[in-house]
Amino acid sequence: MSLALANPVMVASGCGGTGRELAAYGDPAELGGFVTRSITLAPRAGGHQPRIVETPSGLAHAVDLHNPGVDQFLALELPWLLQQGVTTFVSVVGRTLGEYAEIARRLGRTPGIAGVEVNLSPPDAAASSVFDAREPFHAASVVAAVHRDLPRGVPVLAKVRPDPVRVAETARAVLEAGADAVVVGNALPAAMPDGRDAGLSGPAVRPLAVRCLTEVRAALPDATVVACGGLATVDDVTTVLELGATAVQIGTALLHDPTTAHRLVGALAAPVAGEDEA
Amino acid sequence: MTEERGPLHVTGELLATKRIGAHHHLTVVARGVPERFRPGTFVAVSTGAERLARRPLWIHRVRPTGGYGATLELVVEERGPGTRWLVSQPAGTRLDVIGPLGRPFSLPKEPVACVLVGEGYAAGPLFPLAERLRERGCAITMVLVAPDEAHLLSALEARRSARAVTVVTADGSVGQRGSVADVLDETLERAGAAVVYAAGPDEVLHAAAAAAERAGAWSQVALERPMACATGLCHGCTVPVAGEGGHTRLVRSCTEGPVLRGDRVVWDGGEA
Repeated sequence: MSLALANPVMVASGCGGTGRELAAYGDPAELGGFVTRSITLAPRAGGHQPRIVETPSGLAHAVDLHNPGVDQFLALELPWLLQQGVTTFVSVVGRTLGEYAEIARRLGRTPGIAGVEVNLSPPDAAASSVFDAREPFHAASVVAAVHRDLPRGVPVLAKVRPDPVRVAETARAVLEAGADAVVVGNALPAAMPDGRDAGLSGPAVRPLAVRCLTEVRAALPDATVVACGGLATVDDVTTVLELGATAVQIGTALLHDPTTAHRLVGALAAPVAGEDEA
Repeated sequence: MTEERGPLHVTGELLATKRIGAHHHLTVVARGVPERFRPGTFVAVSTGAERLARRPLWIHRVRPTGGYGATLELVVEERGPGTRWLVSQPAGTRLDVIGPLGRPFSLPKEPVACVLVGEGYAAGPLFPLAERLRERGCAITMVLVAPDEAHLLSALEARRSARAVTVVTADGSVGQRGSVADVLDETLERAGAAVVYAAGPDEVLHAAAAAAERAGAWSQVALERPMACATGLCHGCTVPVAGEGGHTRLVRSCTEGPVLRGDRVVWDGGEA
């Protein structure tokens, strides 16, 4: 199943707010896709302050899946996105396979979403409270549980751990379990200055994310792969598209400059690719 | 899609930087932003792509200037690599500015007595607020707090808008020696305050909110939280507030704040 994106630039999970905040800087419907923050079955309050600190060429973050839960999300956040015509992918995460399946059932009853992204690799303290999908077999079980409970025609994206050693193996497993595409790259497991579990995002993680992409492409040349991790400039994006990515997700760069994704769409559509950095 | 009041993303220009005491006052051209400014809103400035987090800065003044349209005056205290970069830039430096961001102070409909409490550079937004309140006929009392004279913001100017000004420094270098909590109850009573506005670190905001509650006044506090995006995208700058029915929820300081009702903020037990 193809992802049917109007262009290859997507907003990465957790970096576009509820969508409305981004709309002040450009129409989110003009982007290839918008991935929501990860939604859980029950609401989650997330981590305490400080939640985000700047690091060299990156951000360490311990937001810990702060989200309103699937029911509030469906009532208060998704309708606006669909009304605006935003190509919306809902990121989901669960504590058990049963929770993943339950979220998928509730999303499946909602017409209009472009796909579901299964978050298999939260990097912060949330990792200890969600279903452990470090083993490719377990990652595949999660994808199968979500896939089974979604109507046909709703693509499943699997966002895998950015571990170059096992990423190809994991990608193969999730694709066999029914994923339509693999999102390669997520925040790396890291720590806040006070030692709490955190994720690390931004240009600092890009070389590793690109290595994960090349590993998956080499092992699975026919797979649909979405690249994610520290991408910010036109050059970053054209590089990963040339390496075989079908689309890209822009995350941390949006926090620095909320117009980044729209500028990338414009630059990629231009007849002669811009040489300036985005 | 953008409301008239919504934030703008512009490439602005640093016109001048003036050092006053421990602060740097930056005059910035950011087309369209001054016209949308309301006291309490702020701007988020990029300090270079290698520093990913935007720096939220208070707008201290909006000045109409011939030739440039209106300019913004931002007060910056050097606190880390981002602010160090910002205060060392020469005039003419291009600055990526987003603003005005956040919800402003609400103004009373009636000309009531207001007490404005601010500490250090964070007292910045209280000055344009005082002007708006004065236009509405409100009697204004200002309480300016700082560790020492160098960190005291524009005390002379405060006397222009305010009927009474109290200055408190921790070291007694100017004004009364002590802390804000020492003067609040008496000040509120003397002023007959109906509304207390506060800007500064949490200790000051909490003290102001508590004093307002004791005096039966409303309070509005402008929170300072470190922010990554300042635009509502990252959910990094959350603050717990008490909602209806005693239910606590998290709001983002950048979009639902920075100005919140003081009696609704759930203050950290240890902070005041």
